[in-house]
Amino acid sequence: MNLFDIIGPVMIGPSSSHTAGAARLGKLARNIFGASFDRADITLYNSFAKTGKGHGTDKAVVAGIMGMDPDDERIKDAFEIGGKAGIEINFRLEDSNREVHPNTAKIQLFGEKSTMSITGCSLGGGRVMIQDIDGFKTEFTGEYNTIIAIQHDKPGIVAFAASYLAQKNINIAQMKLSRKSKGDTALMIIETDEIPPKSVKTDLEGHDGIYKIVLSTI
Amino acid sequence: MSLYTMQQIIEAAEQKGAKISDIALEMESKESGLSAEEIKKRMYSNYAVMKDSVSNGISQVIPSVSGLTGGEGYRLWQERDKGLSGETILSAASRAMAVSNVNASMGKIVAAPTAGSCGIIPGVLMTVGERLGKSDEEIAESLITTAVVGKVIAQNATLAGAEGGCQAECGAASAMAAAAAVELSGGTPSQAGDAAAIAMKGVMGLVCDPVAGLVEVPCIKRNSFGAAQAILAADMAISGIKSVIPVDEVIKAMGEVGHAMPVELRETSMGGLAATSTGRALEEKLVKKE
Repeated sequence: MNLFDIIGPVMIGPSSSHTAGAARLGKLARNIFGASFDRADITLYNSFAKTGKGHGTDKAVVAGIMGMDPDDERIKDAFEIGGKAGIEINFRLEDSNREVHPNTAKIQLFGEKSTMSITGCSLGGGRVMIQDIDGFKTEFTGEYNTIIAIQHDKPGIVAFAASYLAQKNINIAQMKLSRKSKGDTALMIIETDEIPPKSVKTDLEGHDGIYKIVLSTI
Repeated sequence: MSLYTMQQIIEAAEQKGAKISDIALEMESKESGLSAEEIKKRMYSNYAVMKDSVSNGISQVIPSVSGLTGGEGYRLWQERDKGLSGETILSAASRAMAVSNVNASMGKIVAAPTAGSCGIIPGVLMTVGERLGKSDEEIAESLITTAVVGKVIAQNATLAGAEGGCQAECGAASAMAAAAAVELSGGTPSQAGDAAAIAMKGVMGLVCDPVAGLVEVPCIKRNSFGAAQAILAADMAISGIKSVIPVDEVIKAMGEVGHAMPVELRETSMGGLAATSTGRALEEKLVKKE
């Protein structure tokens, strides 16, 4: 925790969890999807569903997926901005789902060739946690540079990625692997201290067991 | 160098003949790797945002997104030279509400330490700084003091209403502001610690009970009380009044009181003002509007 976590963040009100955190979740979803999209289906759960309207949670998520940061004064006009950009936005509210954190949003983005579903929660103070990408359970905050890999669940891939990063002198801060079943597709999240080079995508995708790399930088 | 209690920080400052903000700056610089200048610069830019939200909120009636509140800061500001409380308290209280109004209208603010309590620190520091003829740089440096007090509270208790009630948000902000007000006035680090303790004791037990779950009722007015109380606590400490219970014990007690609070009174809108018949009726109306 640093002093700017206490005096900060600079944000659009009224709530660090329901507004700033919601915008961060939207922005992270956009970065993770990493492609253009023309439709977003957003589900708000529990407290996000119950008090979201008054807190501008819906506007903040939309602002985030449009690329705005939590301190962007255009957040209140996010629907108009999304509409002008030709993005279809659908909301669904689920106000009593005990399975998920009180402040949870599921964001599904639909692009021309692909679609992705990203679920995360807002932890308070504007901090968030991504918990699920396309059905893979995961945990990362977006506070680090993050490499997201969709890959074949087989030996050697973690070592390949780790040695690649070692060569580039990039330190791994945290790492998490998840899979739906053995030998199937797996999700690897690598959080790094330094910013990986843009070529990380093509370099790692060069491995025949790595299907897709997304880089989200801070 | 990590110091986790106010006592450690106060001792370090007094040994060096330094201010709490000097010690905090040194600690932060070592931990984050940022230079002292860079930290000061970033605090200064946070203070600039605070000043903007104050001037937005006192110069006009800004209705909240829900329509439940608006213009409280503006209204009191018109009366600041006439009211019974005196111009300093009234200016700080109006500015605190003004920032809170901006927050409720989806305007830009600095969470200090949270969005719900974002008015207290700007209200106090801008007013005390102005009264003492301090520069913006000096006021921004005193923000470093508020931040380190907040960090100690976060580490030893909590800053979240959902965990500790309003005492953890507006109470913490008031304690943080009181310490910085003492520092701006030229008081000692130990007086700053006493001021923080006195301010926090004044709101100990305060519940978080927002009507309809919104950061408006009673949050906006509680920001004004947090600001007024911080200034009074600073005056008490500077006059030589000590907190009988040391500041670190007060902070710890606040955290314990928070955890002992029933969940109904910790930001769930299930108790307190949120559960009054008017509170419920407003909630009903707002939900229907949605």
